[in-house]
Amino acid sequence: MKHLSPRRSASLLFAAALLLSLLSLMTGYVDLSPWRLFSGTLAGEQIPQRILLDIRLPRTLLCLAVGAALGLAGAAMQGLLRNPLAEPGLLGISSGAALGAVLALYTGFADRFYLALPLAGGVGTAAAVGFVFALAGRHTASTTLILAGVAVSSLCGALISLVLNWSPNPSALSEIVFWMMGSLADRSSDDVVIALPFIVVGSALLLSCGRGLRALSLGEETAQSLGIDLRRLRRQVLLGSAAAVGAAVSVSGAIGFIGLVAPHLMRPLAGGDPGRLLPLAALAGAILLTLADLGVRLLHSGGPELKLGVLTALVGAPFFLYLIVRTRKEMLP
Amino acid sequence: MSGTTSARLEGRQLSVQTDDGRRLLDAVDFRLGAGELTGIIGANGAGKSTLLKCLAGLQAADGELLLDGQPMATLSAAQRAQRLAYLAQGHRVHWPLAVHDVVALGRLPHGDGRSAHDAAIVDRMLAATASSALAQRNVLTLSGGERARVMLARALASEPAILLADEPLAALDPAHQLSIMQLLTREAANGLAVAVVLHDLVLAARFCHRLVLLHQGKLIADGPPATVLNDALLAQAFGIRVVHLEHEQYRLPIPWQLSTPPCPAP
Repeated sequence: MKHLSPRRSASLLFAAALLLSLLSLMTGYVDLSPWRLFSGTLAGEQIPQRILLDIRLPRTLLCLAVGAALGLAGAAMQGLLRNPLAEPGLLGISSGAALGAVLALYTGFADRFYLALPLAGGVGTAAAVGFVFALAGRHTASTTLILAGVAVSSLCGALISLVLNWSPNPSALSEIVFWMMGSLADRSSDDVVIALPFIVVGSALLLSCGRGLRALSLGEETAQSLGIDLRRLRRQVLLGSAAAVGAAVSVSGAIGFIGLVAPHLMRPLAGGDPGRLLPLAALAGAILLTLADLGVRLLHSGGPELKLGVLTALVGAPFFLYLIVRTRKEMLP
Repeated sequence: MSGTTSARLEGRQLSVQTDDGRRLLDAVDFRLGAGELTGIIGANGAGKSTLLKCLAGLQAADGELLLDGQPMATLSAAQRAQRLAYLAQGHRVHWPLAVHDVVALGRLPHGDGRSAHDAAIVDRMLAATASSALAQRNVLTLSGGERARVMLARALASEPAILLADEPLAALDPAHQLSIMQLLTREAANGLAVAVVLHDLVLAARFCHRLVLLHQGKLIADGPPATVLNDALLAQAFGIRVVHLEHEQYRLPIPWQLSTPPCPAP
């Protein structure tokens, strides 16, 4: 596996992602053969068209985009902090988005109009990242950034608990709790339209960090001596992750482990290079999340759908442990 | 040779103060010319690493810093990086990169380090540091001595005019210490301006053209090893007495005993 060139492996991953999205388009709760679905859509029949374009296509697109955002941001964060255990949530981005969304659900703002929930998530992200910047902005050491992120994360967590604590009735409570478990069921093309631009812009910012992250492999001083502007790099990673992950969490809820596992899985293919890792981790994230969402749909047998975030954590955690045990020697010299 | 030619790197009255007012560096003047191998010596905490970081432009300092006569502040980070390489203490690498890729990082000041030209330079630097056989190895699996050579190759890969190396001999066995010092000597002979922080006085006397001695942030001596490594200065800077070993044209100071006991004798 190590002998695949990065370009080769990227094209293989890309093909896998395409194949999986096709599968995802064919999978759902309506008993309709793929042939009927696609030919019906092309012929302009209403039911196949509605199912394919209004239900399955947004869900598939969001799977790809959210998964890519999480994988990419995870890889960038690990590169920036030079820590294989870093993940997008570490700097308070996910919890900021969750807090915004939870507040929207709690106050009933989420019911005012369709996109209120993701918007609130975006505002929450911006607030959390602004706070982390204010706390750590002027310092150059990564440790300060991590500590600020952990502080903001915990604060958001505490505020979410407070909201749950004060939640007026059980149904509001369960709505919030279910949202936090993360899911991409019943999303519409509006969700895609609001999330995708942020994810694309954020991803572009992150993908352009490759050179700086590569230099950071040798530590902060050496990276600076190689002409890398660390403050700018840090800002770019933080803003890119905030845009991509903030938008992702706002439409999907909290989905764990993709941001941690995707970069970890791809690191051997990238030859350890944190720059080459970025596009590979994005592809791997998209594949993993589409796979998980397919799993959610295939495992369904009446009753409530298993939440996507629950499945990723359920499968992701043991898998991550396995990876750690297998690569312990390499990663922890 | 030193002082007469124009300096490649010159610091004038460099001072660094911590937030709580401690002076890490106190009005230090430092010149480094092409082809010169200069050792920076002094006790732990004397300000050697701080001086090196200031010279590399990695730490803000009061005073003037000139690179080839130009104020460092007027150069972009990329321009500075193309001319000046900094070899950090500890030789740490954070990811399981192949040795070839690590050395290629040294090409970053000139681009993305992936052209055929870059690859040729990387191969040349690996050969120059006797590391060619390691090219495909995972850098995290190297021994300390191998890693020191590879990191030196990384620093040389940007083809700098100036190399600042912070304790490149730390934790190396005698053979590797000699091999690194010989490599630095050879690069200096090829015109590189080298400043290196050292702890080993014997190697400093044996290899360096010039030594600067720091004591509590101040530069207290600057000159050829024979004049800097005298009993009075060593007692002042390190609190040690040395035994001198004469060999060929060298006068090598062997640290022998503390000149001032760290605690009262029993």
